[in-house]
Amino acid sequence: MNRDRATYELDPIDRVLIRLTQAGLLLVPRPYRDLGDAAGIGEEEVMLRMRRMLDRGVIRRIAAVPNHYALGYRANGMSVWDVPDERADEMGHAVGALPFVTHCYRRPRYLPDWPYNLFAMVHGQTREEVAEKVCAIEALIGPECRAHDVLYSTRILKKTGLRLAA
Amino acid sequence: MSDIALDAIDRSLINRLQSGFPVCERPYSEAAATLGIDETDLIARLRRLLDANVLTRFGPLYRIERAGGAFVLAAMQVPESDVERVAAIVNSRLEVAHNYLREHRFNLWFVLGAESQERIDAAMAWIEARTGYTVYAMPKLSEYFLELRLPV
Repeated sequence: MNRDRATYELDPIDRVLIRLTQAGLLLVPRPYRDLGDAAGIGEEEVMLRMRRMLDRGVIRRIAAVPNHYALGYRANGMSVWDVPDERADEMGHAVGALPFVTHCYRRPRYLPDWPYNLFAMVHGQTREEVAEKVCAIEALIGPECRAHDVLYSTRILKKTGLRLAA
Repeated sequence: MSDIALDAIDRSLINRLQSGFPVCERPYSEAAATLGIDETDLIARLRRLLDANVLTRFGPLYRIERAGGAFVLAAMQVPESDVERVAAIVNSRLEVAHNYLREHRFNLWFVLGAESQERIDAAMAWIEARTGYTVYAMPKLSEYFLELRLPV
């Protein structure tokens, strides 16, 4: 899903809008009007800029982010795989298409300590459920996988999302 | 953990609003209509779910790399006895968007986001200098899927 797009150049007003919304959207009936009041622009211009940033992918989406722990998804496993580089894209697309994989990326190795180049995040109610899903990934990748591991999270130490410097 | 009970509308709200929220004059009113509730009720429910930490955020999810910025996953190997000190140093950086402790020799996993790669590099160098441990940058080379939409 890496669509090539030209980099979008933020202007100072976009930056103000990002800073005003990076902790969240105002919970008021007309959030874009109130944002405009704070940024010194009109509601229409706020909406235009938000739509433009959505359109250009600077905003992935405007949405709710659930705390998966609070919702019963207590097991969070980052599965990591050492697969041949020349097959990584093909395998990544296949793994990323699995319904229970929430993120899938190719990343650099640090040999010899870190041989894994494909990352797939799996959430489940229990570790057993995550382990079953990891088995399904293993079956999909097949014998070309040289090694794999699952790193379970034990604590969220911080979760604030993006914060731009003022 | 959440201390609040979720009713069917809360669940449907969480499911739907993971996918998107409109840009229009009365977005809460529009989103509420699809859930069969009114604007005031939706705003009250969102506030309650955020206060109870059932939702960690509600708003625009920025992909700053599309505007010349960067998000980078980084990992560290920290002895268990030193985790609290190191986590406090890592978390003190504005650029650190989230940070997870995981069971592995590479146990500290955090994401840095900033308007430029230079700021990320500077933050990683600062963390290395202050903690005394190597920061392994693991930037994404390819992205195959990214949809955190858990059914509840």
